[in-house]
Amino acid sequence: MKQSSLNAVYGWLLLLPAIVLLAAFTHYPALSTLWHSFFSTPKASRPAMFVGIDNYAAMGEDPVFWQALWNNLIYALITIPVSVAIALIMALWVNRRLTGRGFLRMAYFTPTVLPMVAVANIWLFFYTPQYGLVDQIAGLFNLPGTNWLGSRSSALPALMLVTIWKESGFFMIFYLAALQQIPPSLREAAMLEGATRWQYFRRVLLPLLMPTTLFVLVNALINAFRLVDHVLVMTKGGPDNASTLLLFYIYEVGFSYWDTSYAATLSVVLLLILSITALIKFRWLDKRTHYQ
Amino acid sequence: MTQKLDTLGAWLLGLIWFLPLAYTLWAAFHPSGYATNFDLSAPLTLDNFLAAWHAAPFARYFLNTFILVTMVLAAQFILSTLAAYAFARFEFRGRDLVFMLVLLQLMIMPDVLIVENYRLMSWLGVRDTIFAVGLPYFASAFGIFLLRQTFKTVPRELEEAARVEGASRWQILLKVYVPLARPIYVAYGLVSVSHHWNNFLWPLIITNSVESRPLTVGLQVFASTDQGIDWSIITAATLLSAAPLLIAFLLFQRQFVQSFMRAGIR
Repeated sequence: MKQSSLNAVYGWLLLLPAIVLLAAFTHYPALSTLWHSFFSTPKASRPAMFVGIDNYAAMGEDPVFWQALWNNLIYALITIPVSVAIALIMALWVNRRLTGRGFLRMAYFTPTVLPMVAVANIWLFFYTPQYGLVDQIAGLFNLPGTNWLGSRSSALPALMLVTIWKESGFFMIFYLAALQQIPPSLREAAMLEGATRWQYFRRVLLPLLMPTTLFVLVNALINAFRLVDHVLVMTKGGPDNASTLLLFYIYEVGFSYWDTSYAATLSVVLLLILSITALIKFRWLDKRTHYQ
Repeated sequence: MTQKLDTLGAWLLGLIWFLPLAYTLWAAFHPSGYATNFDLSAPLTLDNFLAAWHAAPFARYFLNTFILVTMVLAAQFILSTLAAYAFARFEFRGRDLVFMLVLLQLMIMPDVLIVENYRLMSWLGVRDTIFAVGLPYFASAFGIFLLRQTFKTVPRELEEAARVEGASRWQILLKVYVPLARPIYVAYGLVSVSHHWNNFLWPLIITNSVESRPLTVGLQVFASTDQGIDWSIITAATLLSAAPLLIAFLLFQRQFVQSFMRAGIR
């Protein structure tokens, strides 16, 4: 008995520093975001007042919010499947004995190591009208120059391309790790049974890679709502909010307009999205023995 | 046949993927007149790097980033080790609930709680310091999780043996658990360093001076304050800011890839 209560004391003491900091910078801010979303932003003349759901009502009528949310959904719906698919293909290739495998792996993975700000600056250069690489290549085919980041229809897709380029190599690593765990005898057995390569991929590899795919999908989803460095560097959400994403809009409202209550209200939506993701993850994904 | 097609496809994709970097290297190492003019006889130069280095306090930014990643890594190692040890090897009520609360941070990262964390830092009076940039990341759910998984695989017999020899809990942690988890520390360290080297939004918000700004923010301030859009200098600055990580990656490619793999396998 005595031993076990001593154990508890030791356990809690070991946990204490980490728990205090986690609570202070994750749990408390999350709750305080919710709390502040029910108050008005304090001004010099007027302290914060309880306003009920006024901020939420204002949000419902804010076209920029809906635009940001919509953009973010499209952004996630396109970048996630594309980068995950490319990542899988990359991993399948790099896992085989191809000529120059070392170079290929480096080429695929390097964007992951670069800071997003650096990547965004590089791509800003590419997208420069007339002068940049994209337009120069277009010029070879006698296509007219386009202001990729300056036009409503192409700004968001231009950002998506950057994301896909940056993230595919990162997800490739997880697939590569999973592929290396698959015994080669499976492939030989499938081939003996007369399976084609496609059948082997479809019926054997893909199901075996399913846990990895789910893991990567969740990570990609979080990143789609978490990473807005390139928006800030390349378009600042423009033109006319065509490329704004939720977190970028929160940043703008919070730190350009200094409307902290409204920024908190917007953050609640973001937290809700992330919590749903978390719930899905804990309910589904972790049927595997992750947390045992 | 399919082998050839595979090789061709893989190389095509590899070249496309490499193109942005190659183009950046080209622009950075040639005089600005050749930035978009691919003349193989163009002279090579380091002037762009020198110009960038002198145009902004990059030395200070490097130092700031270095202090930042070191501080974050040290704090993460210590806090995660202690917490992971508790979760892996101590039985007490409420442990599993607390663990679930810790895991919540895997989803809701400090990265998205910018408004409230800014408020907190103002309240603490540490705004615009390197300490404030790192503080929200000191306790890392990811680190705790990884180390807990590793500590759980350590055979109990080893611990018993150490205890028989009279080692205290503290010594057992330092002499048995930590050395056995070394590869995980390396893996987690690489992931953490590259994450914080590259982090941008939070440092941008919380810092406001040359003395506290990390490289990423410094690069952005430099690139956005009208350089007359001299791309040669901007690409040079960009490479400069990514260089240490990039060079480390090229030198220790295998370790990097394996570390990211290890950190990913759960």
